[in-house]
Amino acid sequence: MIYLDYNATTPIDKLVLEKMTPYLKDFYSNPSSVYRFAQESKRAIENARSYVADLISADPEEVIFTSGGTEADNFAIKGRAFFYQDKGNHIITSKIEHHAVLKSCEFLKKIGFEITYLDVDKYGIIDLNQLEESIRNDTVLVSIMYANNEVGSIQPIKNISKICNKNGIIFHTDAVQALGKIDISVKDLNVDLLSISSHKIYGPKGVGALYVKKGVKLIPLHHGGGQERNMRAGTENVPGIVGFGEACRISKEELKEQEKKIRLLRDKLEEGIKQKIPDIKVNGHHDKRLYNTLNICFKYIEGESILINLDFEGICTSSGSACTSGSLEPSHVLLSMGIPHELSHGSLRFSLGKFNTMRDIDRVLEVLPLIIEKLRKISPFWQKKYG
Amino acid sequence: MLWKEWLVMSSVYTDKVLDYFRNPRNMGKMENPNGVGKVGNAVCGDVMFIYVKIEGNVITDCTFETFGCVAAIATSSALTEMAKGRTLDDALTISNKDVADKLDGLPPLKMHCSLLAEEGLKSAVEDYHKNNSQTK
Repeated sequence: MIYLDYNATTPIDKLVLEKMTPYLKDFYSNPSSVYRFAQESKRAIENARSYVADLISADPEEVIFTSGGTEADNFAIKGRAFFYQDKGNHIITSKIEHHAVLKSCEFLKKIGFEITYLDVDKYGIIDLNQLEESIRNDTVLVSIMYANNEVGSIQPIKNISKICNKNGIIFHTDAVQALGKIDISVKDLNVDLLSISSHKIYGPKGVGALYVKKGVKLIPLHHGGGQERNMRAGTENVPGIVGFGEACRISKEELKEQEKKIRLLRDKLEEGIKQKIPDIKVNGHHDKRLYNTLNICFKYIEGESILINLDFEGICTSSGSACTSGSLEPSHVLLSMGIPHELSHGSLRFSLGKFNTMRDIDRVLEVLPLIIEKLRKISPFWQKKYG
Repeated sequence: MLWKEWLVMSSVYTDKVLDYFRNPRNMGKMENPNGVGKVGNAVCGDVMFIYVKIEGNVITDCTFETFGCVAAIATSSALTEMAKGRTLDDALTISNKDVADKLDGLPPLKMHCSLLAEEGLKSAVEDYHKNNSQTK
């Protein structure tokens, strides 16, 4: 099998699994218990917290563990909105956010908040002027993702945070796709809230974190015990947290080396496809894009058909076509970038990771042109053009 | 939504669907067809062209061209097989459910593909009648 869907999830690193195993088997104690046996679990959580904090240059006490990126996004947005309800009820976000952000905003809209959705240009990047113009007296939160999961576009986070700071508005960024690929420093970026997830960086699923800058107040989503300094009730996912910590430790070590290796593979794939297949469109910015992501529209055919054919060849990818989104609309990200519906239906995303090899890329470049040709032969639009 | 419905919603393709998708029968544009049905919309992601050859009152050949997902390609291919050899009246009784049944069923979200196939054939026969009345 050739796995090219690392933006969806990553395989677990062997070292991560090894680190987790004792906390699944032997150290089963509840970290909140008082006997000495429980201290090991408690210690392991705090150890992991410092690795997570270290990867994003935060203080450990600014890291709150959650069940993943979705919870971190929900927590940041709803937690902030509820805290500041009487100060204002306006939130600014973008049209290309992950559904965890978009649907949280939709929910808040239903209960009386006002949401402004910023446009993006053809590269999938927001306009800072539009952001400034959208800020109102009652704006309580700006939430803009760091890097987009579908096309990989990278937002000018530092500039956004400057604007938010100048206006005294809290800024949240969903950095789930950026983590482990971009060297993130919350100090340098000066963001207030930042969501991250473990399973995108070779850690286990079901664990993530929200960075909350010192002094920033939120209302918790979960009520119950006093875990995570009363900010996130519920017995900690100890093995998950330990795994996430280890994944962060490894990620920091491998950051540079991974970028070099994966960028080379991605570029080779992109060049190869451009050379071998006519009538395609590469989506996203050439440089302001994650080095592992390649999103391409293949004209005259539909994405799911390509995806399933690749699956028959043992190649895992994803698509922004309506069929794969589980609705009748193609990807909101591609549409927001001004890509027409019929072209968006033919999109395919390759997202690479550290276990990919040049052989994987060669294999894709071998079978993909044949698949595209076969599907185009079936398509009435292709026939019209070349038949 | 009921749990059961949700499970069905997220169901995958049957082996039959995948077989018709991988090995499409009667694929391609037809030379000198008697009727062509063009249905669907590229904006929605599914377009089917159904071609028929009619001799006497019988569909002797039927081919397709499809822009669309796995289900769209499989249903149009299955439909062409079902239509071949039938009389016009008989062919018009082919329903979208018949097409889906031939493929051992479709995920609920994809039932519209089988409807498109049914409409494609009807539209092709209509086109034939139109062409026929003009020549008379």
